[in-house]
Amino acid sequence: MSCEPWQCAEVSSTKKANPIQKPEIAVAMIKKAQRPILIVGSNATERWMEGKQLIDFLIDFAKASKVQVVATAHMVGEFIKRGYEPAGFMNAMDIGNRLVDPEWMGLDGKGHPDLVLMVGIPFYMQGLILSGLMHFASDLKTMTLDNMYHPHASWSFPNGTLEEWASNLKVMTSKFEGGQ
Amino acid sequence: MKTATGLVKNLEVSIGKIIDDSWTEPMGPTPMPSMSTLRDWDMKLLNKYKPFYMPACDLCCLCTFGKCDLTAGKRGACGIEIAGQSSRIVLLACCIGAATHTAHSRHMVHHLVEKYGHRYPLDIGGLNIKVEAPITRLVVGVKPQTLGDLEDVLDYAEKEITQCLAAAHTGQEGNNLDFESKAFHVGMIDHVGMEVGDIAQVSTLGMPKAEPEAPLVSLGIGSVDVTKPVIMCIGHNVIPSVGIIDYAKDNKLDDKIEVVGLCCTAHDITRYYNRGRIVGPISWQLRFIRGGFADVVVLDEQCVRTDAFDEARKVHAPVIAASEKNCMGFRNRTDDDTDVIVSDLVSGKVAGVLILDPEKVGEVAVRVAQQVAPIRKKLKNLPSLDEIITQAKTCRQCNICQRSCPQDLKLPHALKAAAGGDISKLTDLYEYCIGCGRCEEACPQKLMIHSMIVKAGEKFMVEESNFCRVGRGAVQDVEIRNVGSPIVLGEIPGIVAVVGCSNYPKGGKDVYDICREFALRRYIVVLSGCSAMSAGSYKNAEGKTLYEEFPGEFTAGGVLNVGSCVANSHIAGAAIKVANIFAKRPLRGNYEEIADYIHNRLGAVGLAWGAYSQKAAAIAAGFWRLGIPVLVGPHGSKYRRMLLGREDKPEDWNVIDARTGNIVNVGPAPEHLFQTVETKEETMVAIAKLCIRPNDTWKGRSIKLSHYVDLHKRYLGCMPNDLHLFVRTMADVPMTLKEEFTKILEEKGWKETVIPDPTLLPRMVRKMKE
Repeated sequence: MSCEPWQCAEVSSTKKANPIQKPEIAVAMIKKAQRPILIVGSNATERWMEGKQLIDFLIDFAKASKVQVVATAHMVGEFIKRGYEPAGFMNAMDIGNRLVDPEWMGLDGKGHPDLVLMVGIPFYMQGLILSGLMHFASDLKTMTLDNMYHPHASWSFPNGTLEEWASNLKVMTSKFEGGQ
Repeated sequence: MKTATGLVKNLEVSIGKIIDDSWTEPMGPTPMPSMSTLRDWDMKLLNKYKPFYMPACDLCCLCTFGKCDLTAGKRGACGIEIAGQSSRIVLLACCIGAATHTAHSRHMVHHLVEKYGHRYPLDIGGLNIKVEAPITRLVVGVKPQTLGDLEDVLDYAEKEITQCLAAAHTGQEGNNLDFESKAFHVGMIDHVGMEVGDIAQVSTLGMPKAEPEAPLVSLGIGSVDVTKPVIMCIGHNVIPSVGIIDYAKDNKLDDKIEVVGLCCTAHDITRYYNRGRIVGPISWQLRFIRGGFADVVVLDEQCVRTDAFDEARKVHAPVIAASEKNCMGFRNRTDDDTDVIVSDLVSGKVAGVLILDPEKVGEVAVRVAQQVAPIRKKLKNLPSLDEIITQAKTCRQCNICQRSCPQDLKLPHALKAAAGGDISKLTDLYEYCIGCGRCEEACPQKLMIHSMIVKAGEKFMVEESNFCRVGRGAVQDVEIRNVGSPIVLGEIPGIVAVVGCSNYPKGGKDVYDICREFALRRYIVVLSGCSAMSAGSYKNAEGKTLYEEFPGEFTAGGVLNVGSCVANSHIAGAAIKVANIFAKRPLRGNYEEIADYIHNRLGAVGLAWGAYSQKAAAIAAGFWRLGIPVLVGPHGSKYRRMLLGREDKPEDWNVIDARTGNIVNVGPAPEHLFQTVETKEETMVAIAKLCIRPNDTWKGRSIKLSHYVDLHKRYLGCMPNDLHLFVRTMADVPMTLKEEFTKILEEKGWKETVIPDPTLLPRMVRKMKE
């Protein structure tokens, strides 16, 4: 699996995301985090794996891991349609803007997130938001769950096939108590 | 000076102009503002709408100290940090945009003054328009009456652009908010530059003068008679096209050739010439050149592909570059004999020429098109279906095409299907491809992937025949009087300005859908540029385009095309005229008060769904300074900086009640000044929300909220979670939603507040609080 930016010209500069070579590594980091959140973008209903949409994998993961979900674009309705109520919904730029504010106390008002998981926002847009977080919230850890390598994240899965992506998400889900 | 009769010292002789200052309106506080004059106003906006930076590059490489790594708080060798650098890039983009429009207008005015004289009177709407140049009056403080007056306005604009550009030099400005303020300034100047250009061409070239019922014009290559010689003009500056049309008419050839345009030149061709055709938006240059329709390609300025010449050469279409700003490496043939130039182009001795005299461009283009057309026989640079299959079989499935595609189109998948004889997957991509050609540049097998898509979608291309309304120009004063009250009071729920380029995430249909949704809801929908073309490129169930379905008036449910890029100034102009004509706020050099009025009262939103250019950045900046929010589609995130409000911070949403001097919290209205939206569905909701203003009457707020809730339910599948922030009294609640609202308001601990006479300017308070 390649650790070059999925969109070839989106080269990073002096910092580059650590590749997540195994889903277990991602799980360990999520378990270690106190206040992780998962931001889900509009490609959640555009990507299909094993006859299911990405959003279905993410709902399984969110239910198992209990990570709070923020839906961007019009994804809130897609979650609700599937019987899952995300913790919040807002524009992708808005959630990015809140995350760079150290005084923002999260969706539940209980504290600033310490780990941001992102998936399904158009590649270039997600990359830019990750860049904003890298520069202006440098203590915040970021991780992408797409099958596309995002250099501006702290950790990113490498470029991979749909089969690998589905497998990673299923393994991650299975490693949480609720996913077994 | 010493002579036999005496000595004269310190004698100064000045030869200048006599300025007619018969305009009796008193001068306001800020005529011809410098870049710091309106800084306080900018800071008020920037305090509400703080920048959210998303650097596209972590480095600065603008000076020889660099490259400097600015990652996460590191400072460069000059001391700049990443927020400053990011805002500096915003300023540079806006300077490029403003310079481009203003230079376009300078060329236009210079040419028209030469042709018609300094004293040629300005007329952009006859008796229907008394406020002929609202932006110029507001910013510069002068009332231009002749073409010559516009030169003075441009002198001011050019000076300010130079000043702002200078601020971006290493070791000048360093504070990010000051960079932002200067970006606002140069955006405001951009609107001055655009206004000058459009009122000059409308006044002199017989373009529609604020005509709501401007004629419909054919749109799409399917409407072009390709059996005739076709001259395709690409760019933004109509002057060379005017030369072509005039020559054709003068020689009674106008029914024997087709003059068609791509991008804003197309709008202005059809504003000038009723036989002109709009081929399509700017991003389709490759597909139309490769399609072989053009017998001669004429390039003027702005947004022209720099490889247009190479592409035209492949289909044996001679190229005429007609702008000093875009010489294309051609030899300057302006002073050469016309017969020799024509002969050189027809024989293929040269494939392209630079001609800077528009009348000569006209003659050469027409004569060459007539002679070349029978030789070329519409030669295409598109593969046959068999060639597509053969080429596709050589694809290695390396994915590099998809990884180079800005749309992330599944090209390898489509090529694999094509290799098996099924080109339908390539056809499916036709609508979504933005025509950049990056796939071909990246392909290690040198496959002509874009051409394959165009060939696979050729049927759609050649059959495309729709209608666009010819750009009408300004909004009439009487239209402003008719709608001023319902707009300001909120009964017309908003003005949606859909502008900008065609870098769409999923084709142009989104633009059509958004416009139709809001026109049906009786918002006023205003369009310009490539968006105006895309909006006309689809039909309803009855086979009508938007322009046939809705009236062209500036009224509830109207769909207006103001025209080309420079006509965007009429959208800002209409907002300014509401403040001036309807609310009778003084205009002359009175920027802050007018912007304060617009920001707090006028429910207007700009949407640049496919914005790509620096010009679009400058246009947006001009709207920001007026306090008008702008949305961009997902590719607009690459402008790298948003201006975002925080609805969760109530302290950010205080205004002064001008009646009492009391501070009143009005909620996040409008919530953002510049925001990227990810999908069409989200955009629909965001537009409705951003039309909410502090000054809405209870009736107006109720109407706006009912649209917001309805769109939210339909497109986001649930109730909004912020309704309590927009309800001031129970009278604001839509009748049909009372039960749902009451429950939400109770849960949120909502408290009633007042509807103020809102202002951000303490000097506007009529009775100071004791």
